[in-house]
Amino acid sequence: MTILEITNISLIAIASGLVGTFALMRRMVLAADSVSHIALPGLGIAILFKINPLIGGAAALLLGALLIWFLENKTTLNTDVIIGVVFSASLAVGSLLTSGEELIEALFGQSRAGTNFELLAGLISAILIIAFILLFKEKLTISLVSPELAKVTGINTERLSLYFLLIFALTIILGLKFLGVLLVGSLIIVPAAVGRNLGGSINSALLISALTGALSVFVGYFISSAYQLTFGPIVISVATVLFLLSLLKK
Amino acid sequence: MLKVKDLEVKFNRLPVLSNVDFELAKGESLAVIGPNGSGKTTLLRALMRIIPFEGIVEWSSEAKIAYVPQRIDLEKNLPLTIQDFLLSKIKLLRLGEQELGRVLKLVNLPLTIVGQKLGLLSAGQFQRTTIAFALIGSPNVILFDEPTAEVDLPGEEQIYDTIHRLQDEQQITLIIVSHDLSLVFRYATKVVCVNRQMLCYGEPKEILTTDQLHQLYGVRGFYHHDHLRNN
Repeated sequence: MTILEITNISLIAIASGLVGTFALMRRMVLAADSVSHIALPGLGIAILFKINPLIGGAAALLLGALLIWFLENKTTLNTDVIIGVVFSASLAVGSLLTSGEELIEALFGQSRAGTNFELLAGLISAILIIAFILLFKEKLTISLVSPELAKVTGINTERLSLYFLLIFALTIILGLKFLGVLLVGSLIIVPAAVGRNLGGSINSALLISALTGALSVFVGYFISSAYQLTFGPIVISVATVLFLLSLLKK
Repeated sequence: MLKVKDLEVKFNRLPVLSNVDFELAKGESLAVIGPNGSGKTTLLRALMRIIPFEGIVEWSSEAKIAYVPQRIDLEKNLPLTIQDFLLSKIKLLRLGEQELGRVLKLVNLPLTIVGQKLGLLSAGQFQRTTIAFALIGSPNVILFDEPTAEVDLPGEEQIYDTIHRLQDEQQITLIIVSHDLSLVFRYATKVVCVNRQMLCYGEPKEILTTDQLHQLYGVRGFYHHDHLRNN
């Protein structure tokens, strides 16, 4: 892995930490884990047609996010229920379509370097996500306390949820390559849990979870290259150790 | 300030509130009373246009509306402080940070408390915070949904004092949903009673007769100064 790539992945980790902080407060913890599985059929189909698997995964995720948003608005079902159904269906279809080593890579991520296109798209998207959270922080905060208050304050809460869901899906796409379908959700959840544990205000929670994400990537990189271990699982293990340390605070 | 005509709200095509007609002038305070589930909150939501309705809800062009909801349940360790919450609206409205000090003073919240997490506040402190949130940007209409539900009695008095002090100082038009008829008597200039439809409308002294209350709550024996909060 090159320096540029590590920078890229750190930015992705920072973006995940910021998105995760709000996802956690919006009670979308399990969603992070489940939504990522929706990428699997996309990866499978892309491998089948020999196109870049990430494009397939991204397409599947965006479709999944739109489908969830649509069902959320058109039915009275809970988001958790909807994501649960869409996720199990995706996993079933996805594992039928993908097989062997490709399935392992799709599930746990790969350490191989990305193409220049992947690198550039990753950098731009990570910056986009970070900018979104910083720009929409106020609106997200108010609608978190009360969607009703947000509406009276002039915030279009339905559009805001759609934006958030799309940004959430984009974050997952970014982590997909090096963490895989099974672990990518953890990069959103675990650093945000550290921020939640230690943060006394929204800004400190955002800062702590972003730093936890970046630190996990750096430490994970050195451990995985020193001991020839798979990068993704190491990163999440480091994040989990940081989470356990954050529990000592109380 | 506000004109409501033939207002009807339906959920899944079933009317939950109908025949609402009333008018409100600037600086008046309207009490909305009725039993639980009678459509009081629904009425407020329609007035704020955050749910679909039929009929006419016409605010005068100068109306700047704010809302104080019922107690919101938040997780205790949510990393959101009073300051985070209030500054969010202040920034959205592009006001200066001095607005924070101004609204906190209006509701008697000390500046030292702004770093507290929202989930750890007492019911009274939280209610003050939501009133402060409503006051950001100096609205001239405030809608209160049971402003004192779950607040203990001294806290309740304080909140009503705050509300009516604000009304006197800032000429705010108030719409208050309440179970508490004694307060309605003390402060409201007009009363609307609802139970799935509007049952009465007028000044408190003509409305709050035993017959009217009987029709509204379906129980005899409530006197004017009874607390009906827990019925």
